[in-house]
Amino acid sequence: MDKRYLLTSRQMADFVADGFLRFDAFIPDEINREAMREIDEEQIPRGYERQGQPLSGLWPDSRGFGALFRLPQVQGIIHSLVGPDPLYDHHAFHRVSPRHEEGQVWHADNIIDPRSAFDIQLFYYPHDTPREMGGTMFLPGSHLRRIHESDIGRYQNFTGQVPIVCKAGTVAVGHHGIWHCAQPNRTEQMRYMFKLRLNPTVRQRLLWNTDDLDAPEIHSSLFRNHKWYGNEDRLEYAQRIKLWRFLTGDEQFDSHYWLTRVENNPERVAAASAAA
Amino acid sequence: MTTIARQKLLFLYARNPDLYSEVGAWSVYDATGKEHHTTGDSDAPPYRSVFAAMQDGWRVIQVPQQFPAYPGMELTTAFLRFEYVLEKIEE
Repeated sequence: MDKRYLLTSRQMADFVADGFLRFDAFIPDEINREAMREIDEEQIPRGYERQGQPLSGLWPDSRGFGALFRLPQVQGIIHSLVGPDPLYDHHAFHRVSPRHEEGQVWHADNIIDPRSAFDIQLFYYPHDTPREMGGTMFLPGSHLRRIHESDIGRYQNFTGQVPIVCKAGTVAVGHHGIWHCAQPNRTEQMRYMFKLRLNPTVRQRLLWNTDDLDAPEIHSSLFRNHKWYGNEDRLEYAQRIKLWRFLTGDEQFDSHYWLTRVENNPERVAAASAAA
Repeated sequence: MTTIARQKLLFLYARNPDLYSEVGAWSVYDATGKEHHTTGDSDAPPYRSVFAAMQDGWRVIQVPQQFPAYPGMELTTAFLRFEYVLEKIEE
């Protein structure tokens, strides 16, 4: 994998802190047009393909959705997060009908999943998505919370929620635990969003471009405070430090001493006590 | 003609158990039909704090109970913990 297509350590730290990355107008127009054509002509099945198959063999002749995840820059994102040879989990074409006024309930696309390993989901917007058309609403920093699917359906709004309002060809890549919901479509046009979930087949360790692994900005990214969780900010930081340790293999990694402090449980008997 | 008193519910999620603390998430369910709310329909909370909502006539009908963390779950996060439920009754 050519290093220039891989994510940087700074981007990985953003992913750990926010639970998603977005790449605006990232996909060439030619692929966006082909993707819309494949939707219109129903060339890509709406139902799931065989789950657990290698992604590399999926839709080999597609010049839209298949070409999308074969782009080197998309391959680089996938490789950085889940490594080589990821598996296809499922895909979905999400449609929000014209003049649909109701927002989807907040949810995460998973059952309670306490693993350190994680799946990713690509959210691809093949056409322009202005705010009146909705976009997907994401809640930055929600991905490490242990909830089951739409258990969070009573919430309506959060400080810092982010709608994906974007140009055609935008891709967001989310941790499987990210809280999100489709937004109302107040236009006269059908809104589409394509989602693809991938599973890792390797240990997710240092799979990105690590040239900037010691950049000081990594600490400030990991400690980004999204505000909506209030007093639990430090618990969020602890979760992110654990995930960064998992991703880097550095079990001593810490920032602001948060985990080192609670892990300090000395066994050594002091000399004076031992003599008594 | 009979009028029916109906309930509006306001859920406010506070920074900590203090009713003066800042609101970070919120929901409104209005059975009077005067308002309709859905996900993502506002970027700022209707009140800065639970107390500010009380000053505007909202009655607190539930305060969050507090429990110690289960052993092994001390650093785990899930739902928002400081959920206050408030109501107004309107015709």
